[in-house]
Amino acid sequence: MPINASVDDPEKTRRFREAALPYLDDAYTLARYLLRNATDAEDAVQECYLRAFKHFDSYRGPAMKPWLFAILRNVCRAEYARRATTPTSAIEDVPESADQTPLWHEAEETPEAKLVRRWDADTIRRLVAALAEPFRETFVLREIQNLSYREIAKVAEVPVGTVMSRLARARAMLRSAWLAEEEQCK
Amino acid sequence: MTCDEAEVMLHALIDGELDAGHAHEVESHIAGCPRCAVALRDYREMSKAIAEAGVSYTAPAALRQRIEAALPQPRAVPNRRAVLRGFAMGSAVSALAATGLVAIVLRNDDAERIQSEVVSAHLRSLQAGHLTDVISTDQHTVKPWFNGKLDVSPPVIDLTAQGFTLIGGRLDYVDARAIGAVVYKRRQHVINLFVAQTANTEKRPAKIDTIQGFNIRHWSDRGLNYWAVSDLAKDELADFGERFESASRASG
Repeated sequence: MPINASVDDPEKTRRFREAALPYLDDAYTLARYLLRNATDAEDAVQECYLRAFKHFDSYRGPAMKPWLFAILRNVCRAEYARRATTPTSAIEDVPESADQTPLWHEAEETPEAKLVRRWDADTIRRLVAALAEPFRETFVLREIQNLSYREIAKVAEVPVGTVMSRLARARAMLRSAWLAEEEQCK
Repeated sequence: MTCDEAEVMLHALIDGELDAGHAHEVESHIAGCPRCAVALRDYREMSKAIAEAGVSYTAPAALRQRIEAALPQPRAVPNRRAVLRGFAMGSAVSALAATGLVAIVLRNDDAERIQSEVVSAHLRSLQAGHLTDVISTDQHTVKPWFNGKLDVSPPVIDLTAQGFTLIGGRLDYVDARAIGAVVYKRRQHVINLFVAQTANTEKRPAKIDTIQGFNIRHWSDRGLNYWAVSDLAKDELADFGERFESASRASG
């Protein structure tokens, strides 16, 4: 007899928890980068898990992580939409196009330019957070979450070619930011 | 291959997304293009720096608890949450005092202090998400779960037929050491069973005390100390203990 008289199949709950809860930190990390706010990230992850549980019957695998991320991304986009209609929100517009103007002018790099300074976690988080949304999303999915291009394409609902161009752009912007910091340190 | 093409493709090279033929093309371009070669080196350093810096976040414990609490109560979930060492009790205590039953097996006989700790452990266990690390109504799932986690193997006995449903098991801390807790339920009353050794192997008959509104049934048998704690009436708690002891004797 289950603890409570739930209408849900306890076996489903057990399978869901075993499959999905190990990715809680990953989901929270993604939400933090996407929403750039700890409280919103918590809410989004909770909503993501509830939705995931609800739709767990239709989950056919193979990989739980990208499946969860696709749900989480939709939750986060709903949060963007909410922010956009909230006048007090200080969140900038969400760029829809991969041709978004980069945050940094790409540095005039020379063969001699070299990234020598070690990045600490805070610097990296700050610079990643400053990336425009589609680039940040792609970058985090690849560089921090270790998803394949195909998995990223599925999560972000774009072709693999778009993933590649966004990733190239994201890394180029980060590299420029890095080089800019190098300059300042000189 | 042009630099424009290489600028995109070298990322696929870094990420191991290219087949051998394309990888060779990109590498050939880079071999003859210092600008792209520097970019490739920088990007690799960036990836390495990011991997080494540890820029992931850890989900707050409260978030995990909220999610677990929102899911229907499951039956068989290994959930190795960190064992709480603190004994802090919040304002929820009085509300929580309405439910629960804990049986505990311990190493020594420092009776009063340990009884108080047992009640604290019981109260902690009633907080959302703290009740069980392994959730199963199957004693053959719960018992092996403790293997390697404790220096004693807690008896896990199915008393479902006697009206005490096995829910699962948990590691907890009592008397500053890890002990096992086997969790049962009777109607809405939670049952936790904590397990540890005692140097004293003599059998000690059960004794029932009341602390903070909980009834505690304590007994010792074959090198194990047991504390059963509950808001169940004394007679029901006694019934639980007797059935447990009797099944324990029968099984071993």
